[in-house]
Amino acid sequence: MTFTRPKFRHPDLPPNALGYTRRDYEGALSTLCAGCGHDSISNAIIQACYELPLEPHRVVKMSGIGCSSKTPAYFLGRSHGFNSVHGRMPAIATGANMANRDLLYLGVSGDGDTASIGLGQFTHVVRRNLNMVYIVMNNGCYGLTKGQDSATADRGSTSKKGAPNLFESIDLCELAIQLGAGFVARGFSGDKIQLVPLLKAAMSHKGFSLVDVISPCVTFNNTNASTKSYQYVRDHAEATGTLDFIPLRQEITTEYQEGSTQEVPLHDGSVIYLYKGEGARDITNRRAAMDSLESHRVESRIMTGILYFQEGIEDTHEMIKTSQQPLNALQQEDLCPGNAALQQLMEGYR
Amino acid sequence: MEKIISINDCVIRFANVNGSGSASANNLFAKAVFRLGVPVSPKNIFPSNIQGLPTWYEVRVNEHGYLGRRGGADLIVAINGQTLRQDYDEVLPGGYFLFDSTRPLPDDFSRTDITVIAIPLTELCNREIDNPRLRQLLKNIVYVGALAHLLDMGLEVFIDSLQKQFRKKPQLAEPNIKALEIGYTYAKDHYPGACLLSIKKSDRAGNAILMDGNSALALGAVYAGATVAGWYPITPSTSVIEAFDKFTKKFRLEPESERRRAAIIQAEDELAAIGMVIGAAWNGARSFTATSGPGLSLMSEFLGLAYFAEIPVLLVDVQRAGPSTGMPTRTQQSDILAAAYASHGDTRHVLLFPCDPKECFDMMADGFDLAERLQTPVIIMSDLDLGMNDHISAPLAWDDDRRYDRGKVLTASELDGLKDWGRYRDVDGDGIGVRTIPGIHPTKGSYFTRGSSHNEYSAYTEDGATYERGMLRLLTKWETARGLVPRPHEKIAAPDTRIGVIFFGTSTHAAYEAIDILQKQGLSINSLRLRAFPFQQEVIDFINRHETVLVIEQNRDAQMRKLLLAESEIPASKLVPILHFDGLPITAQFIAERIRQALAARKSEIKGGSL
Repeated sequence: MTFTRPKFRHPDLPPNALGYTRRDYEGALSTLCAGCGHDSISNAIIQACYELPLEPHRVVKMSGIGCSSKTPAYFLGRSHGFNSVHGRMPAIATGANMANRDLLYLGVSGDGDTASIGLGQFTHVVRRNLNMVYIVMNNGCYGLTKGQDSATADRGSTSKKGAPNLFESIDLCELAIQLGAGFVARGFSGDKIQLVPLLKAAMSHKGFSLVDVISPCVTFNNTNASTKSYQYVRDHAEATGTLDFIPLRQEITTEYQEGSTQEVPLHDGSVIYLYKGEGARDITNRRAAMDSLESHRVESRIMTGILYFQEGIEDTHEMIKTSQQPLNALQQEDLCPGNAALQQLMEGYR
Repeated sequence: MEKIISINDCVIRFANVNGSGSASANNLFAKAVFRLGVPVSPKNIFPSNIQGLPTWYEVRVNEHGYLGRRGGADLIVAINGQTLRQDYDEVLPGGYFLFDSTRPLPDDFSRTDITVIAIPLTELCNREIDNPRLRQLLKNIVYVGALAHLLDMGLEVFIDSLQKQFRKKPQLAEPNIKALEIGYTYAKDHYPGACLLSIKKSDRAGNAILMDGNSALALGAVYAGATVAGWYPITPSTSVIEAFDKFTKKFRLEPESERRRAAIIQAEDELAAIGMVIGAAWNGARSFTATSGPGLSLMSEFLGLAYFAEIPVLLVDVQRAGPSTGMPTRTQQSDILAAAYASHGDTRHVLLFPCDPKECFDMMADGFDLAERLQTPVIIMSDLDLGMNDHISAPLAWDDDRRYDRGKVLTASELDGLKDWGRYRDVDGDGIGVRTIPGIHPTKGSYFTRGSSHNEYSAYTEDGATYERGMLRLLTKWETARGLVPRPHEKIAAPDTRIGVIFFGTSTHAAYEAIDILQKQGLSINSLRLRAFPFQQEVIDFINRHETVLVIEQNRDAQMRKLLLAESEIPASKLVPILHFDGLPITAQFIAERIRQALAARKSEIKGGSL
């Protein structure tokens, strides 16, 4: 790793539609191991936010504990961030979202943080369909405590410690689809071309979006016998279909051949175009999505891309019918009923 | 036999089976006493169960306004076969025993020192009430009707209450009124003059209200502007959130859309509940949760985060009897130490101790101001007795000139003018930094909140000196808190007495009554009611001014006494524990007796030269 980063940027860096350059989305220098997949994901997040484009200060970064949860310090330096406690990021994100429904909540977690200590909170935040993007930097091991197997490590997969994992793995994508998530995708930190549009689509989806990104741990879990190594994932990954994400306001210039793409519109007017390959699936069919994941699992293949998509599911605010105004913007006049109302109420207690 | 004779001074205990509809009948009775203008204090003594187990409802009637439990029962209404023997045995000599005589009393119920009032409740209901579904429920109303006669209360106040209660469904009032009359008439015909207890109209209750503490806390949250509540159901705190739900539906619905200016999320557990509160508070909304002991244990890790990352959290702990599941439907003050030092590492939290519904309301509003001013968790220490029982209280009031103190938060325009802002810089010398809320400024004021050690600019650090500086600043803030939290209430009976007592929360009413009892016996005691932690210097001064200070609390381990010793240089021998922890609210008799014993023991110690 490098220890310093030059402050200088090319003066002609192209600004995005909001006038920000890519450096406005960068963060502090990463302290993760050289070659860590997480750094590639951080870069993809920066790229996605820059391209969409998002206003940096309207994004909130949330994380739990672990290598993955350190990364919010390494992107979006102009956004507020909250590095909370292990496995509890969803609760913090839920509260923050309840306080202000107008910001974009970007949760970053790891496989230990999500599938073990945080499994309870993960399942419930999916059930509530909280409007947030939940990124799992999934390396199948506990990096920060030196390489113990995590709950997403495949059975039999062997990390640097040398002993094959004894236990069944948890597929977070399958779980999220089963629990009603509206946007479920799997990416690979080594495939930026796919990951950036996946993230952009997730950020544009209203409701809960899960992006499970396989992100090899170069230090503890990049062995020949690991199913989360760079080599293994490259050899076994199979994209559900390459995709284009066309943000709102952007003119569609590419011509898509009739029948070659599936057009998936998002609530804000953005569109995802999925290129259909052979044996293409309908990603809006929940049962088919589950079947596909299962059949790939049986064949030891890793399916990447958007695995399931459903627009229009009510998010938490709509379920419980909160005010359209951010609750944190309401003033005392909006909230306090005043003494006259209280005295009237007191009559009922006499 | 000498019958107990009293006017507006008695304890009536109802023994029922839970789930049988007795609660509303017993409530009707207590409320009628209150509406006659007589101070009343009902206590629900109930099992952790929904149907079929014994439950008691104890109503203390007291003209002088003594509202703590007195101990003993002058009249027991025994409707529960399971506890008939126990209830029979517990009537005070000279007292009264009312039972359902549809089944006669067993032969060995042969006390000669009590008056037995036999009313065939089941039989009367079967005969007089056509609807079989109503009979069971109305049986309870029949004994209330009988009491109306036996205690000379008249029927009017009861009929009035029923009509009010069923204002929207008058057809339901009718059978209830009929049941009242059945009981009243039977008692009048068969037991004229049998009962020498009476409850007469009075003006002692004044403009007081009769309310449970949990409702008052919920109203406090509404008035204080709370908008987010994350919670997990647990007795005895559940009704705080249920009441908040009810009151926000009443006061916070937007007229056109019916959307609510509040978000209430039932979490998957207490960890998530407090996490949601922290997330919302960090993001600029006033938010709170309510829990009890087991939940407090689960919340400990997050409370440490809120302390260290300095997030204004409001937590209500409605304490119950622990440890572990303990007695979930019994009261205690046994979370004091767990709350004061909740979480690992060096942590301390602000605690508030309300003693009645009015104070629940006020402390909720103060608690939010304190939490935001101090940027730290504030824990309101209620308990089951205060939270779930109705208490007489001064009416709640809101000062319309009062403004919320949102603490140090920068607006976008203030940020514009700032050059060197750091989230944890102590610019005012009070240990409190200046917060920003996400999303308000495009280029300034963003920071990375973390539970790991951080410098003044909230950047990660493992530098020992920087860490120490931050921890010491939190102590400066603790001193600021000491000057802001509610002050204790002192009552000086005699300036030269060498005996003092300290108490807090629901021990208050019984303690004041005990002091009066002892005063009548010639013993003057000064008192100090704690209302908050950290303790102010005047608490320490009070202790120093007295030779012996008895600390009254409802737990086994003298937790408040321990906290006082831990947080001051007071010699341990000075503080004598008076402890009550059987799960029922503490009584005046108990306190008076234990104080006498403790002082006698101390006297002999002094004589023996051990002090």
